[in-house]
Amino acid sequence: MSADFFYTVEVIINGLMTGVMYSLVALGFVLIFKASGVFNYAQGVMALFAAMTLVGIQTGQVPFAHLINTIFGTHLHKFGWEVPTLLAILLALGVMILFAFIVERYILKHLVNQDPIILFMATIGLAYFMEGFGDLMWGSEIKNLDVGLPQGGNIWLENATSDWADGFYGFYLDNLDMWATAIAVVLVASLIVFSNYTKTGRALRAVADDNQAALSVGISLRTIWVIVWSLAGFVALVAGIMWGAKSGVQFSLSLIALKALPVLMLGGFTSIPGAIVGGMIIGVGEKLFEFAVGPYIGGATENWFAYVLALLFLVFRPQGLFGEKIIERV
Amino acid sequence: MLDTGETQETLLEVNNIEVIYNHVILVLKGVSLTVPKGGITALLGGNGAGKSTTLKAISNLLRSERGDVTKGTIEYRGESITDLNPAALVKRGVIQVMEGRHCFEHLTVEDNLMTGAYTRGDGKGAVSADLEMVYEYFPRLRERRKSQAGYTSGGEQQMVAIGRALMSKPETVLLDEPSMGLAPQLVEEIFEIVKGLNEKEGVSFLLAEQNTNVALRYAHQGYILESGRVVMEGLASELRENPDVKEFYLGVSEEGRKSFRDVRSYRRRKRWLS
Repeated sequence: MSADFFYTVEVIINGLMTGVMYSLVALGFVLIFKASGVFNYAQGVMALFAAMTLVGIQTGQVPFAHLINTIFGTHLHKFGWEVPTLLAILLALGVMILFAFIVERYILKHLVNQDPIILFMATIGLAYFMEGFGDLMWGSEIKNLDVGLPQGGNIWLENATSDWADGFYGFYLDNLDMWATAIAVVLVASLIVFSNYTKTGRALRAVADDNQAALSVGISLRTIWVIVWSLAGFVALVAGIMWGAKSGVQFSLSLIALKALPVLMLGGFTSIPGAIVGGMIIGVGEKLFEFAVGPYIGGATENWFAYVLALLFLVFRPQGLFGEKIIERV
Repeated sequence: MLDTGETQETLLEVNNIEVIYNHVILVLKGVSLTVPKGGITALLGGNGAGKSTTLKAISNLLRSERGDVTKGTIEYRGESITDLNPAALVKRGVIQVMEGRHCFEHLTVEDNLMTGAYTRGDGKGAVSADLEMVYEYFPRLRERRKSQAGYTSGGEQQMVAIGRALMSKPETVLLDEPSMGLAPQLVEEIFEIVKGLNEKEGVSFLLAEQNTNVALRYAHQGYILESGRVVMEGLASELRENPDVKEFYLGVSEEGRKSFRDVRSYRRRKRWLS
């Protein structure tokens, strides 16, 4: 087999793994959209905020240091301790769950039975609030997130496959991407099990279908919302860790949400497996397109390819690949 | 047989309630009624009379539709339930079956039924025994247990909605317009099941219904609502024989067919009602 073949395979595998990273973000959207029909604009910022919180806790940063220093004229920056990674992740998760409670208590509760568009507007407001709040709490400089996952290319794999063909130097796969893939698979599997085989999961699906009827059988919408937003916060934390470890924790992290949009259009807004498959199709599609067509049209196709693909899907299959069919009886 | 409800203890007592939607629209102007244990109580009246609102005021689904009970009291077993949320009420044994067959479309029939057991904490064994009981009353649902509820027929969806409520092990079911949009034969079938549940399982029903004819045949006692007020009440057997009920709700009158000329007297006679 020729080197070209192996290069193509390498591109596909890398595409798959990039796609999974998109899926991690898309998952958070799906969870909230399924349960409340609301497109949560703040999902990307939640990932950023979660990552910032994790770094802050891990490195022992003093929250609101700038604010405190300005008001009291102190020079606080760090507590001077480091929190072990696992504990820091758990604490960050705790912060995200607390955040879910606050969102329910101060925003969602007051918007019961309003149109989805009004809730959507509320999430836009929430996104900008969180962005500012995150900066105020942890500072706006670019931070380095290290949770102990291996970085860089996998040398063992590269060496092992380097003599498979002439002119082929072995598969170059990023360790971090491989970890992200494995974690995403576990995450999705557990979310699917949770939603299909537990009582709370069934209640989540019931609320997604008809929240009035869910209320009538004694499912508390407020509890469900807290659960859903906590789950979305958890997914945001995972996405934030992966993306933060890959490209640093900075403002642009919140823009990965934009990459999740075409994934959602492809996979369907209501399907957890759809988010994963959609992400993979987009990942592979944009890498292959860049590899095969890019050189002829000047490259940088990755910036727009996903959106064009999503547009095509909107025309032919508006509910996405795995989206729930809109049941209409005549 | 029809009078059994009269002698037994009172479960639910609604006392002169007033309901306002959105802070401005006055829907109920003082409705009082009692639901005895072990009976079927019918709440009759035309469109917009306030039947559904009365049920929602009791089950407190009103809040989520921006309605509010502004006057009066609602008591269940002597305790005020005006401030309880629907979940707390379901735990106490009061559950509403909403009008218009609100099923969870994408869930299977069996999953739909199981959501009814959400508030229960008495173990899986008891729940699956009740599931079996529901399937016994609604054999059709057993056949369709794996299909998505959205794809079942209207009658089956109504059965799912009732069966789902039964899964919460209710003492009182607030049943809103079960006959809506169903063929007459199915309506009979559903009312027969309601009767069976009432007699064999001892479930009390408060039944809002436009189909006065069917409702009065199955109920023990009835209330007639008009424009947010109770205008008539009594045993179902008495209501059925009442000449005004006959004329205004059952569409038969002693003097035979009315001509257009009588419309004015009809209006005048009806005025006392509202």
